[in-house]
Amino acid sequence: MSILVILEQRGELRSCALEAASAAAALGKKAGLDVNAVLVGRSLESQADKLAGFNIKKLFLYDDEKLENYSNDAYVGIVKELVGELSATVIIGSASFLGKELCASLAGRLACELAQDVIGLDWDGACVVKKPVFAGKAIQEIKLTDSLQMVSLRPNLFTVETDGDAKPEVETRSMPELSIRTVIKDIVRASEGKIDLSEARIVVSGGRGLGGPEPFAMLQELADQLGGAIGASRAAVDSGWIDHTNQVGQTGKVVTPDLYIACGISGAIQHLAGMRTSKIIVAINKDADAPIFKIADYGIVGDLFEVVPALKEELGKLAG
Amino acid sequence: MKIAVIVKRVPDTASVIKIGPDNKSVETDGLKFVLSPYDEHAVEQAVQLAEKGECEVVVVSAGGEECKETMRMALAMGADSGVLVKDDAITKATGKGVAICLAGALKDMGVDLIFAGKQAVDDDGSQVAERVAELLNISHASVINGFILGEGKVEVVREIEGGSYNMEIPLPALFTAQKGLNTPRYPKLPNIMKAKKKEIKELSLADIGVSEADITSGLEVTSMEYPRERSGGRVLEGDTPARVAELVNILKEDEKVIYTQRA
Ligand SMILES: Cc1cc2nc3c(=O)[nH]c(=O)nc-3n(C[C@H](O)[C@H](O)[C@H](O)COP(=O)(O)OP(=O)(O)OC[C@H]3O[C@@H](n4cnc5c(N)ncnc54)[C@H](O)[C@@H]3O)c2cc1C
Repeated sequence: MSILVILEQRGELRSCALEAASAAAALGKKAGLDVNAVLVGRSLESQADKLAGFNIKKLFLYDDEKLENYSNDAYVGIVKELVGELSATVIIGSASFLGKELCASLAGRLACELAQDVIGLDWDGACVVKKPVFAGKAIQEIKLTDSLQMVSLRPNLFTVETDGDAKPEVETRSMPELSIRTVIKDIVRASEGKIDLSEARIVVSGGRGLGGPEPFAMLQELADQLGGAIGASRAAVDSGWIDHTNQVGQTGKVVTPDLYIACGISGAIQHLAGMRTSKIIVAINKDADAPIFKIADYGIVGDLFEVVPALKEELGKLAG
Repeated sequence: MKIAVIVKRVPDTASVIKIGPDNKSVETDGLKFVLSPYDEHAVEQAVQLAEKGECEVVVVSAGGEECKETMRMALAMGADSGVLVKDDAITKATGKGVAICLAGALKDMGVDLIFAGKQAVDDDGSQVAERVAELLNISHASVINGFILGEGKVEVVREIEGGSYNMEIPLPALFTAQKGLNTPRYPKLPNIMKAKKKEIKELSLADIGVSEADITSGLEVTSMEYPRERSGGRVLEGDTPARVAELVNILKEDEKVIYTQRA
């Protein structure tokens, strides 16, 4: 019996990987289980240093040119074999785009239960998780009762805590024989250097109140000042003002930033589903009765075309 | 070419969710049920392919009799027929069990392509489709925003954080639809009428060689709760410069959620 944590990388360990390592360490301590980790990629030896203090016994590093980018066949094949080899009983991954696919496929192949996108992880003889359902309108507490248990953690939510500076023993392995059916032809990075919405600590969101695509430039400037990313309501997306990858809500992204600033967004139930777990919510809306004010920590009733520029100016003073 | 679309019946996204007296499940009385929004994108993709060439589109679901209503919505969008794995035991099954049922129905159907939504908006389980692909041992890609059908293969655009993969995948294959894939059509009245006459074939667990034991749950919902109530906070007063100055001060000094400032 042991825990295996799957670490996600994109050239280097992603923050969700450190969150998973930290959560695995805490669970291992409670459950009295050893923690091992698996990292699949290319030339990642140096990343082992970042794994100090998580009480990871052994890091299995699969290193191959062909493993640089996520491939379902390869990654799932590798982790499945390792689970068997280690007799791992608890598998912890990340509920990122690729992490969710990896966990779902792996669960299919291992025929075990899986709780995706959990926001709490505890131990009571078995994994006990908190899992949002109905886009966060309710939260289930679930106990995984089979011997093999798997969970993926919502990114940006679990804190990263280290204890001491012990590094894991690293075992580097080459790629096993696996047939890979899918080919990645090209990787497109949307706007290089921009902070990704689902990982941003600060999100500035715009809705129908923006009235058109142009004002998003103003929100982008505000987001840049704050080191944040741009979000949007479905109304703004469906109007074609901004790309759908920016949509926050039940049929968009679920974000959990420290600060969410909603500009010209009414606060429909489907929008709230995507941002209500933000730490602090600020609403700027000219309608004092807009439902968004019912959940906002701080509200400004006013015209966003007046308030946002003033906000930018005020933040500019801080920088000076 | 034969295309299957996996669909699920879920409460409308505008629903207010009420936790039942058992504190473990949701009260279904008064809820309006719809085809899960991402499944609409999956159906749309299949129907668009059918409009372009010789294809048959079959919608597949697992659950009770009530699923038929949802399947009819997909039939009204243009799918040709339906297959429902029907057994009351399925309503208690987890994603693992449901996938076994769906794969059981799909395994002998001779489909080249399977579409599903990237997740169902009720349990947000995000796993059934990928499990089906694994059980059928076909390749797959999740969360796709673009799809081009080629000879024996497809090219897809798969969303990742801050970008996408352009991938080539051999058929047969399964894909889960993301919002950017297409714009689902609203079924027109004549098509809604026509859909009522389309066949929905029922399969029992025995028909697909699955036993109740195969789909028993390995998890237990111990309780259910509402998310932390957010009390409406403070509406700031004063003229715009004063309110904005106060806001920035609060965010920086009290809440400590502003870290980086670049001019
Ligand atoms: C199946 C389904 C799924 C959905 N999924 C999502 C989802 O994922 N995400 C989502 O966001 N929505 C979703 N919706 C849509 C949702 O129901 C709302 O329609 C949408 O969120 C409204 O967007 P909005 O707040 O921008 O627009 P509106 O509701 O039109 O609100 C605009 C607001 O802007 C304010 N305003 C106007 N001008 C100004 C100004 N100059 N200054 C300040 N304020 C101003 C107005 O007072 C108003 O409150 C979904 C709907 C369905 C049916």
